[in-house]
Amino acid sequence: MSNGLRMTAIGAVVAMSLALAACSDAPRDEAGSGGDAGASEAQPGGDLVIGVTSDPDTLFPWRATQFQAVHLLGNVYGTLTELDENLEVVPGLAESWEVSPDGLTVTFQLREDVTFADGSAFDSEDVVFSLESIRDEATAAVAASTLARVTAVAAPDPSTVELTLSTPDSGLFANLATVNLAILSSDDTEEALNTQPNGTGPFTFEARVPNQSVTLARNDAYWGEPALLDTVEFRVIPDESSIVSAMQSGNVQMAVFDDPLVADTATSPDLTVTETPQLSYHVLQLNARRGPLADVNARLAIQCAIDRQQVLDTAALGEGEVTGPITSPAYKSDPDARPCPTRDLDRAREYLAEAGLPDGFALDTIVSQGEYATSVNEAQNLQAQLAEVGIELTFTPLESGAYVDRWIAADFDAAVALNGGRPEPDGMYGRYFTSDGNLNQVAGYSSPELDELFAQGLQATDEDERKEIYDQVARHLEDNAAWVWLFTSYTYTVTTNTLQGFVPMANGSLQYLRTAGFTG
Amino acid sequence: MLDTLVHNGVVRRVAQSVFTLFGVAVVVFVVLRAIPGDQITANLGTEAAALTPDQRAALESYYGLDQPLLTQFFGWLGNILTGNLGFSARAQTSVADLTLQALPVTFELAVLSILLALVIGIPLGMLSASRPNSARDATGQVVGLAGLSVPAFLLATTLTSVLASRFGFNPNGEPFARFFDDPLLNLQQMLLPSLVLGFGVAAPILRTTRTAVLEVASDDFVRTARAKGVPARRLQIRHVLRNALVPIATMTGLQFGYLLGGAVVVEQIFSIPGIGRQVLLGIQQNEYALVQSTVLVIALAFVLVNLLTDLLYRIIDPRVRAA
Repeated sequence: MSNGLRMTAIGAVVAMSLALAACSDAPRDEAGSGGDAGASEAQPGGDLVIGVTSDPDTLFPWRATQFQAVHLLGNVYGTLTELDENLEVVPGLAESWEVSPDGLTVTFQLREDVTFADGSAFDSEDVVFSLESIRDEATAAVAASTLARVTAVAAPDPSTVELTLSTPDSGLFANLATVNLAILSSDDTEEALNTQPNGTGPFTFEARVPNQSVTLARNDAYWGEPALLDTVEFRVIPDESSIVSAMQSGNVQMAVFDDPLVADTATSPDLTVTETPQLSYHVLQLNARRGPLADVNARLAIQCAIDRQQVLDTAALGEGEVTGPITSPAYKSDPDARPCPTRDLDRAREYLAEAGLPDGFALDTIVSQGEYATSVNEAQNLQAQLAEVGIELTFTPLESGAYVDRWIAADFDAAVALNGGRPEPDGMYGRYFTSDGNLNQVAGYSSPELDELFAQGLQATDEDERKEIYDQVARHLEDNAAWVWLFTSYTYTVTTNTLQGFVPMANGSLQYLRTAGFTG
Repeated sequence: MLDTLVHNGVVRRVAQSVFTLFGVAVVVFVVLRAIPGDQITANLGTEAAALTPDQRAALESYYGLDQPLLTQFFGWLGNILTGNLGFSARAQTSVADLTLQALPVTFELAVLSILLALVIGIPLGMLSASRPNSARDATGQVVGLAGLSVPAFLLATTLTSVLASRFGFNPNGEPFARFFDDPLLNLQQMLLPSLVLGFGVAAPILRTTRTAVLEVASDDFVRTARAKGVPARRLQIRHVLRNALVPIATMTGLQFGYLLGGAVVVEQIFSIPGIGRQVLLGIQQNEYALVQSTVLVIALAFVLVNLLTDLLYRIIDPRVRAA
């Protein structure tokens, strides 16, 4: 008996010293490794608390656009396809799919062992119900346009779904992997789901205290490998520095920050900070349909007068990377392929002269204040740089509602923006830069060449061919200075060292909570 | 009965209050709609640009934005009179429920803060007044100035961050505990926020106390009492402070009213789910009914506190009762 106690004591001491050795300093990981500091494996069980600054603003997946809502619901609902950690398309609720030779019929083979959280079985009827409802404008689903080329959805049998398309759509599979296209049970209503989400994901919705927390529990009936954690609580702590404090005192074990200044304060031997490059991009949107900007030379003058690295350094402490239009790893644009890859004031003045505006022009710019930390600093730096060639950028920082109103109305010459990116370039830019895209009015630019390129991109199925086409899209956008792309930034995922197996993603998804767990 | 009420001006006060509340209702309603954007753009952000006209119409009808403004206003006001404060789409619960959750939290925080402020402010104020322009007066004044000028967010952030990182003490990192569920944790969670608020509110109370005490101390009856040989401590408390209480009560009531409006910054930093945060979230999301109803509740609380302060005068000072 006493021997057994002694062995236990020795074991405890060894374990403690191992744990101390594993967290002797605060490591700062490079992208995506997910922190494998300790050799020990994550164990099943445990309750994870994630600190978030705000409550989800909706629990209805088809209309969720807020960061917190999207990534919380991504753990509760399932989609036909999914993305892996490299943003490659992998099977989800659809086990496999086939595209007809003419590209106009897509047949999905569905998983058969799937149930919703309420216990009801998943089958093709749910897929038809979901896709048809999303297509219905009365539903006001935000991803309705992703299904714009779908003309019919049919269910020949309970495990098969057939989509008929008006034109081929190679981007469809990547674009289906969003919680905005979540598959709901055909028995559910929006009203019910607003308070009691019912999905097929690795976690189920357990409880919500408005303005305070949402708790998820492991879904033991999940079709894939079940999650390790018993529960995940998203705890609302409105102030970011208070989240850091709560991590230091051990109340919270994980948080995601955008602001490098906040992440820098999370220094503790018990915490790991992981930087992940994001798909979203900082950009100076130009409105090529207004005033002097209608002349491509005026836009190119702006392009050449800006040193992007300087914007990044002054506004975001250099925490990011200069970028071209396409940010997803598989289709990444080369930022050196643009006109004036480095700042060239002489060339900028030549462009101004060619535009017949040797003395420059005024640029009425909208800037959102408060949406993200760097906006006003970016605008100030751009203002200073452009002033050197006589382009007078004027801006008033706008509160987010006012900014969104003017952005939607395209009521600006230029806009300092942080736009969301997508893994698939057609999903990312087709809606902006094709002449019939639903955001084309805001994008302020389109051309027959671009329309043709985007159409080709949707028809091509070969990956190399698609990459070549979207390189041309990116080149065309920059040669015509449709917008001035600036840089991408990081998110900073702070975790306690005992949390292992979580992989942050470039689209901000928290889907790898399903593989996360605590060691020992 | 009615005669006494009319005589004491109670009926007039109530009528005034109703008028004030109606004014508040109109102003909030108008100001909210003057904020750019609506609940749709607040919810969808720039994605709202991608809505087709039919989608937009569906959402406007969902949020009740398709009704004419007058219908919206009187519909809301009519609902208020029947006790229906509206519905929050974001929280998926009624505004009345949200308010019933948040108001007691704010009330508790306000009471604790005021108590702390009185405990700090009155003795320091008396100390300052006891020997004007001396070193102890200067000390009191400096504390008062600090209370007024140190921003709450700075004090709050510093306290939280130092206590959490150095001592691992951070009760506000735990889920919020209601007083009747877990009094011990609740009081721990209220400790820092009420200290920060109390310190800020102590300043005006200190200054008011100092001025009022100095004024009373120069009155004839004080000199008489001193001549009669009333001991100094008894003189200070029973005679001077007692007679200086009216301005102090006014200031305290005023500050208490403000605190009931919700101390937004402090509630944010310490994650206290009070009424201030409820209004702030409502404004950010353009949840019209939520903000309108909550502001009206706050205004009502303010009016009630003022009424109670007036009643308190009658207890403190018999001369008011006679008048």
